Amino acid sequence: MRPGIIVRLIAFAVLLTFLIAPDLFEPFFGMLTKNGQPAIYNQGSLLDLTLNHLAIVFAATFAATLIAVSLAILVTRPFGVEFLPLSRSLANIGQTFPPVAVLALAVPVLGFGTAPTLVALFLYGLLPIFENTLTGLVNLPGTVAEAAKGVGMTWAQRLFKIELPLALPVILAGVRLSTVISLATATIGSTVAARTLGEVIIAGLTSNNTAFVLQGGLIVGVLAVLIYDSLAALERWLMARTGQAKRAAA
Amino acid sequence: MIEIDAITKSYDQTVVVDHVTLTIEPSSVCAVVGTSGSGKTTLLRMINRLVEPTSGAIRIDGEDTRNTHAYELRRKIGYAIQGHGLFPHRSVGQNIATVPKLLGWDKDKTRARVTELLELFQLDPAQFRDRLPRELSGGQQQRVGVARALAAKPNILLMDEPFGALDPVIRSKAQEDLLTIQRQFETTIVLVTHDMEEAIHLGDKIAVMDEGKLLQFASPQQIISKPATPFVAELIGTGERPFKLLSLARVGKFVEPGSAEGDPIDISATLRDAYAELLWSGRAALPVSEKGQVIGKITLDQLSSHARPQ
Ligand SMILES: Nc1ncnc2c1ncn2[C@@H]1O[C@H](COP(=O)(O)OP(=O)(O)O)[C@@H](O)[C@H]1O
Ligand SMILES: [Mg+2]
Repeated sequence: MRPGIIVRLIAFAVLLTFLIAPDLFEPFFGMLTKNGQPAIYNQGSLLDLTLNHLAIVFAATFAATLIAVSLAILVTRPFGVEFLPLSRSLANIGQTFPPVAVLALAVPVLGFGTAPTLVALFLYGLLPIFENTLTGLVNLPGTVAEAAKGVGMTWAQRLFKIELPLALPVILAGVRLSTVISLATATIGSTVAARTLGEVIIAGLTSNNTAFVLQGGLIVGVLAVLIYDSLAALERWLMARTGQAKRAAA
Repeated sequence: MIEIDAITKSYDQTVVVDHVTLTIEPSSVCAVVGTSGSGKTTLLRMINRLVEPTSGAIRIDGEDTRNTHAYELRRKIGYAIQGHGLFPHRSVGQNIATVPKLLGWDKDKTRARVTELLELFQLDPAQFRDRLPRELSGGQQQRVGVARALAAKPNILLMDEPFGALDPVIRSKAQEDLLTIQRQFETTIVLVTHDMEEAIHLGDKIAVMDEGKLLQFASPQQIISKPATPFVAELIGTGERPFKLLSLARVGKFVEPGSAEGDPIDISATLRDAYAELLWSGRAALPVSEKGQVIGKITLDQLSSHARPQ
């Protein structure tokens, strides 16, 4: 545990330094350039791009969480069970669509820019969160659900005091998955002019500059690992706090 | 008083509880016994409306249970189940405080009640109040489950195989504790079990169920001495009947004047204990003691006559 945390803290510190003062890393990235190409991305601030990238990912994941969790709650209530198969297939369709196709379809409607990327990431994020919330709500120990009813809780009290708190770690595992997928997928958004770290990669590809490609890729990669690990740690903490042994989480 | 009036439950075409009628007296223990799948749980769950009857009615103190919201009804009725069903993310104290909180008791009153119950169930409040359920042993979890059911001082306590998951020693201790508490608070208890021994030990009345039907509803003495059907007799176990009858009565009621040789037996022991002691020590009579003083004797002849149906 300890060495792991130290490695991650160092990775975070390096990432932050690079974003604030990228020129410090010029000697390193300079080794990858040829013919006097610039070693550090020079068509905008890396920090701005990163923050924008993160903002898009968080907005999309937040909306996906809201909708997916609400949907999962609805279809696990007695009046909603009929919609369970339908909502499952809808969420599945969202997942099987390649993100590029979603972008291509969204652009004519929403125009270029951030909007189609948000829509693609949102649709993409729904399924893991929906599936995990379902798992969490349905796999509640039978005796616990029975006791919650037996003591005289209303359905809302059961949902908010028992079912959701106990399902929270599993729901969070779904959010974690969605976030990381979105983090990677958002790079494609630059093809429709969303301001994400994809710009850096594409600039590198079009000018044959390996240093740019590597910079964009590394920032996304390190962000993904750090966010993934933090959310996983939060889940473990919640698991312990809610007195549950580790349950299977997708 | 709980009046169960021609209650029936069917799922699709299958009748699970079939026209069951019985009246449970206030402050008594009714043990519902039967093989697995006989409809005991369904019958019990219809009392607090976890299952809605297909037909028939249930009245508590004369009031039809359908006249109250199901959740309000349940807050007035304690409910303890096998495997306890404690909320894993809430501390022992919070678990016990569940119903008082739902009823809007103030903090001090709730806290005092939790302390009282923890002490009643021999769980040191300082040590146990803030623990999570999984940090307790099976027997402790079971006690917390019953404590939670009793927290808002319900007149009625429903129990579905509450001791089923306990090992024999802890189990008989839990049964004794339950009887003590029942006498102290005069709670009406409906207890489901598949164990006739437990039913005889705990029940003032026993309801024997088979395939959804109520076969017999009577006192343990009557069930043992006059089983209504061969099935009831089989549940008791024919060879066991004399001993079961003996286990129902205490030495105190059969003391004769006089004395006898050897170690005395306590007045609160069952006739079965006395009989075992007589056979084991090869005596024809035992001295009977109360608080250490010999007050009379009990004889083998008397026991033999009591081990037959009267
Ligand atoms: N929700 C249900 N749907 C269909 N059948 C049920 C349901 N609940 C119970 N049963 C059936 O009713 C019968 C009696 O069940 P139960 O009351 O749990 O019996 P017991 O507690 O005596 O073991 C069983 O055959 C069981 O399969
Ligand atoms: Mg049962």
